[in-house]
Amino acid sequence: MEITLTHYLVLSTILFSIGLIGVMRRKNLLMLFFATEILLNSVNVALVAISHYYGDFTGQMFAFFIIAIAASEVAIGLGLLVLWFKQYNTIDLDNMKSMKG
Amino acid sequence: MEMFVYIALFAPLVGSLTAGLFGAQKKSLMVGVFASGMLFTSFIASLLLLVQVLQGHTFHVEMMTWIKTGDFNVPFGFVVNEVSVTMMMVVTTVSTVVHVYAIGYMDHDKSFNRFFAYLSAFVFSMMILVMSDNLLGLFIGWEGVGVCSWLLIGFWYHKESATWAANEAFIMNRIADLAMLVGIFTLYWNLGTISYEGIFATVGTADHGMLVTAAAFLFVGAMGKSAQFPLHTWLADAMEGPTPVSALIHAATMVTAGVYLVVRMNPLYDLVPEVGIVIASLGAFVAMFAATMALVNRDMKRIIAYSTLSQLGYMFVAAGLGAYWVALFHLMAHAFFKALLFLGAGNVMHAMSDELDPFKMGGLGKPMMWTFIMMTLASIALAGFFPLAGFFSKDLILEVAFVGGHPILYTVLLLTAGLTAFYSFRLVFLIFTGEERYKLFGFHPHEAYKYMLIAMSPLLVLAIITGFTFKGGYYEMVTALLPAGEYHIHNPIVYWIMTIGTQLFVGAAVLYAWIKYKNAKVDKKVEAGFFYQLLFNQYYIPKIYDEVFSKPYAELSKMCWKLDNTVVDATVDGIAHVFYGTAEKTHTMQDGNLSSMLRWMVIGLVALIVTAVIFIGITVNADAIMKLLGH
Repeated sequence: MEITLTHYLVLSTILFSIGLIGVMRRKNLLMLFFATEILLNSVNVALVAISHYYGDFTGQMFAFFIIAIAASEVAIGLGLLVLWFKQYNTIDLDNMKSMKG
Repeated sequence: MEMFVYIALFAPLVGSLTAGLFGAQKKSLMVGVFASGMLFTSFIASLLLLVQVLQGHTFHVEMMTWIKTGDFNVPFGFVVNEVSVTMMMVVTTVSTVVHVYAIGYMDHDKSFNRFFAYLSAFVFSMMILVMSDNLLGLFIGWEGVGVCSWLLIGFWYHKESATWAANEAFIMNRIADLAMLVGIFTLYWNLGTISYEGIFATVGTADHGMLVTAAAFLFVGAMGKSAQFPLHTWLADAMEGPTPVSALIHAATMVTAGVYLVVRMNPLYDLVPEVGIVIASLGAFVAMFAATMALVNRDMKRIIAYSTLSQLGYMFVAAGLGAYWVALFHLMAHAFFKALLFLGAGNVMHAMSDELDPFKMGGLGKPMMWTFIMMTLASIALAGFFPLAGFFSKDLILEVAFVGGHPILYTVLLLTAGLTAFYSFRLVFLIFTGEERYKLFGFHPHEAYKYMLIAMSPLLVLAIITGFTFKGGYYEMVTALLPAGEYHIHNPIVYWIMTIGTQLFVGAAVLYAWIKYKNAKVDKKVEAGFFYQLLFNQYYIPKIYDEVFSKPYAELSKMCWKLDNTVVDATVDGIAHVFYGTAEKTHTMQDGNLSSMLRWMVIGLVALIVTAVIFIGITVNADAIMKLLGH
């Protein structure tokens, strides 16, 4: 069986859904970061696949940018996370309620 | 000389603003003296202008542009000609006298300074009204005097009746002013100009129907200001104001503005004699109507107010019949003797601690000799005895009616002349002669301050001499601008019979008043009679107005208020409540938990995507959907 664009897009969608559920359901801040990574990468898969399909490299360029941004974002995010853990000794989301409306 | 035009116009404003600066402070004699001084300055400037006008020079100055848009150009322009200078003289003379008099009259009032601020502001507005070279400027002055009149009638605003009277006057005038505006608009719309010169230049070729409309509407405006029937009720109630105000505004100047308007617009009214005859008829009716109400009234100031109303009727008869110079002449003479009469009444009020019922007075001639003499002479002038001012001006109006071929008007006016004499002297006899009834009520009357009496004396002199000294020269002067017309009865026998007959008739009326009221006896049977009650209640007109206009209006207002509460307010409140409720229910969304916020974010995202998909679906398939709907 040949792997077509549809397969890639389905994979991307599945990954996106997993990421989205992870973002919504997870209470551990670390897991939230993982879920965000999954989201970003699902988009990457889709971008690269479509770029390949049309023979246009713009999509792949975008994928690279996203990878770079994701890396820097995780670096900052993890730094903040470590600081948070040092201060409060927990990274559970339910403890972060200081912005209550 | 143009300087004098500005001085005459703006000196009262300077006085008013200066007095206004001290308005909230305690009484200061300087304020009154300064305001009076400014008025006197204005009077001198007017006098110098009068001398110039008598030598044949007239002035037209344009201070600056006021409104300029497209073809519509209104300057702040002022004109001093034969007619406006007459009014300027009347206004400045009477107001100077009244200002000086008011220093004494308002002596004990704690709002002394405020009073002068208003009074001078009134004179300034009146000068604008008189001097403006276009109808819009006249209208501004017209409104200005209305506002000042409102302020001054309601001067003692702590009195419920005073504020009520002030509002009544203001609202009645507003009704008439609307008509006047319509008149001005009609003229502008059809002639393309609102300056007197422009209007008079084009009015001859204009459409007759339009002219009738404009003249009628302008006259309705004049009816409001001059308190002609059916807009007359405010004038008698306006007597709630301080007496100097009644003398200046509600006798001598403001109420004559309506007559002035008709006289000023004479080229227009000359072209529409059918409107003129209506004006004359209404004037004659009001003359009689008001005089009858004055016959039985028991309020000194109201009697004089009705007499003013009656005399305004006379002026309108003359103006309506095209004898504009006669109307203006009577306006002038009337201003002098009526202001004098009012100021005399003010002296009496002062002496009697603001008592107004002449039946509680009597015998005041002894303690108040000068006031007695002045009021008697003013009444003689009002009644029209030879050789005082009233004889020359009022008899002239009778002659106008007679020569013009209006026997009905003539008869009505002649009868009214008798009534005038009767009620004027009824008042004089009740106040000044007979038993000293005031002693029963514990009053201690005293003559007014000397300087008040001296201030009144120019009016006394004018009331006596205006007729036989000014008439000739005055006629020469104003007929340069107004249509000349000698209203002489050519047959000398008829003339003498009429003149002497009128004098005898008026004399008989005075005699009858003497017989009837020398003892201030009240005939209970007459008082209970239908006619007495009818007249005493002012023909029940205030009551009718109250029933027909005020009460239904109050009901309507109440209904509208309810409607407002239940519909408009409820809608607005409802919308607010929706927001409140939604916020109340949804504020838990903002619980600060990152996880739940992310969840809401996702929900929002999904909602947006769904909307986008549906919207795109509709736009892409628009044709198909339209077909489905049957278009």
